[in-house]
Amino acid sequence: MLLQAIAFYVFAFVTMASGAMVVVSRNPIYSVLFLILAFFNAAALFLLLGAEFIAMILIIVYVGAVAVLFLFVVMMLDIKVTALREGFLKYFPIGALIGLVLLGEILFALGVFGGGSATITSLDKAGVSVGTMDNTRAIGQVLYTQYFYLFQAAGAVLLVAMIGAIVLTLRRRPGVRRQRISEQLFRPKDQAVTVVKVPTRGGVS
Amino acid sequence: MPIGLESWTLARPEIFLAASTALLLVYGVLRGEGSASFVAVATTIALLVTAVLIFVPYREGTAFASLFVVDRLTGTMKVLMLVGAAIAIPMSRAYFERVQSWRFEYPLLVALSALGMMLMISANDLMSLYVGLELQSLALYVIAAFQRDTVRSTEAGVKYFVLGSVASGMLLFGASLIYGFCGGTAFVQISRALIDGKAGELGTVIGLVFVVAGLAFKIAAVPFHMWTPDVYEGAPTPVTAFFAVAPKIAAISLTVSVLMGPFKPLFPQWQQIIVVVSVLSMALGAFAAIGQPNIKRLMAYSSIGNVGYILLGVASGSEKGIQAMVFYLAIYLVMTLGTFAIILMMQRRNVMVENISDLAGLGRTQPMMAFAMLLFMFSLAGIPPLAGFWAKLYVFMAAIEARLFWPAVLGVLASVVASYYYLRIVKVMYFDEPTEALDRTAFGVTRAVAFAAALIVAVFSLAPQPLSLVAAAAAKGLFP
Repeated sequence: MLLQAIAFYVFAFVTMASGAMVVVSRNPIYSVLFLILAFFNAAALFLLLGAEFIAMILIIVYVGAVAVLFLFVVMMLDIKVTALREGFLKYFPIGALIGLVLLGEILFALGVFGGGSATITSLDKAGVSVGTMDNTRAIGQVLYTQYFYLFQAAGAVLLVAMIGAIVLTLRRRPGVRRQRISEQLFRPKDQAVTVVKVPTRGGVS
Repeated sequence: MPIGLESWTLARPEIFLAASTALLLVYGVLRGEGSASFVAVATTIALLVTAVLIFVPYREGTAFASLFVVDRLTGTMKVLMLVGAAIAIPMSRAYFERVQSWRFEYPLLVALSALGMMLMISANDLMSLYVGLELQSLALYVIAAFQRDTVRSTEAGVKYFVLGSVASGMLLFGASLIYGFCGGTAFVQISRALIDGKAGELGTVIGLVFVVAGLAFKIAAVPFHMWTPDVYEGAPTPVTAFFAVAPKIAAISLTVSVLMGPFKPLFPQWQQIIVVVSVLSMALGAFAAIGQPNIKRLMAYSSIGNVGYILLGVASGSEKGIQAMVFYLAIYLVMTLGTFAIILMMQRRNVMVENISDLAGLGRTQPMMAFAMLLFMFSLAGIPPLAGFWAKLYVFMAAIEARLFWPAVLGVLASVVASYYYLRIVKVMYFDEPTEALDRTAFGVTRAVAFAAALIVAVFSLAPQPLSLVAAAAAKGLFP
């Protein structure tokens, strides 16, 4: 128990600290790297809760795909960090105010929560007893049966995202040279190579 | 838990639409750019067949582990929405061909957003609600920016995307609160928890407020309407026509099924919110449009006002109110499609114009078109005996029966104010000196839509009974 408590505080502290560093650091590349650190520690927190599936998904999806994508974008864009920071002091009071309001609301909601909440029953509905099974298996049992409909609909959302990305970015440019491999391969020898008799001290023109 | 045959039969319109969209997508990709017109026609037919499949043969019940529900109300709303989407596609062709972005993806994205709207309308769980909402929104963001070479269209797309994501975030936040306080995401679980008094009521109400805020954004009700004029103005005109019709029907239907379904026990709480939103929308729709020179922006404010009237029907929370809502939506669909058909025909020397002053003297240069526009404007203003009058009458009657006297009075006043700007368009068309006549080009489908809609609006009073019966049958779905 003690070990778990220590682990929790360490992971939580590193998550918070690297979260703060994401905002504060001057170099956007460092920000992304700290973001990755924050994701890793959040994954560790999920592991402590016994939610190993979400922990792995967090690492695979967020670190493996999203953060790497961020890195690409940050490196490709020519961002002037100082220009981005100009408004910081001006917007700080209102930002802090909104943050405080949100914090207050969360605390309020937590306070109410103790009052009268029903137990969370949706996993039980599928007849999966959560305690006796690792949660990858538990999710697997409901994902393609009970939640099959949502799974398919999510697939349709991804299809729309793909069509949208292509529609909005793909352009047909005239005059682009494309590699035609079959043409290259079928080119006969006499078109590609010429044998030249080179005279001594003459060179090839 | 295997999925029974019953689920598949209940969802067959959705499955048909998804499958035909996928097939047409493959066809479009293989055939390339030239396939746009064929894909558009085929998609229109697919949407209409889907609409037919909903009621032939009619089934009702819940499917897919009660994530999905089909009843008379959802069926009627789906048919209205599908008809709107199916008409919007052929109307777009002339416009997009002129700006050289007539591509096969456009009708497919419209069909996919229609699929998302069907999932929304049939949602019976907070999760299926969200997935359906995202499916339709994502497709709408893309088609708002479809004319990607113009700054305004791109801006409309980006603006809609950013604000829409914020609204989705609010909705999800509310949904997570509701999940926490009610112990489930299924609508039946929520309503059972609320009836048994097991749910933390205050927390649920806070969650509900967030969900309503997210939905109010999608239907563009005040105070979540800010995106509407900019997006309506910036998006390509046929896309605006689609935006003004189909997504509204779907989102209003979703709002009704959320409020009247799981949150029925919280009726006194949400009624206040909906009444305030409705009155504010009616007022803003009436006042903000007065000084608008641009007809697309004017229609945006007009749609905000119309949403206010529709929500007044919802706020009465009675069977009459829901009937009035369905009735209003059907008439709104006809009036709006007709008006946008006219706007799509506004061009001068092959360039689209969209200022109200461009209509000057239309009564002399193109009397037929001007007369159709006159009918739509009178109908939107609610002047008897046109269709729009009946729609407003039903809503106000329902509101008065539910003892919502003040909102109804304010609604009538707002409607009087709004008739100023509708009548101003008529004045410009008939009494202003023509500057330079609009082009007389043949717009086959668009012209046909305009005149068919004008005919319906004009002769509706002869037989309002059938639509009224359909609306009554649909409202029965919520009040068995």
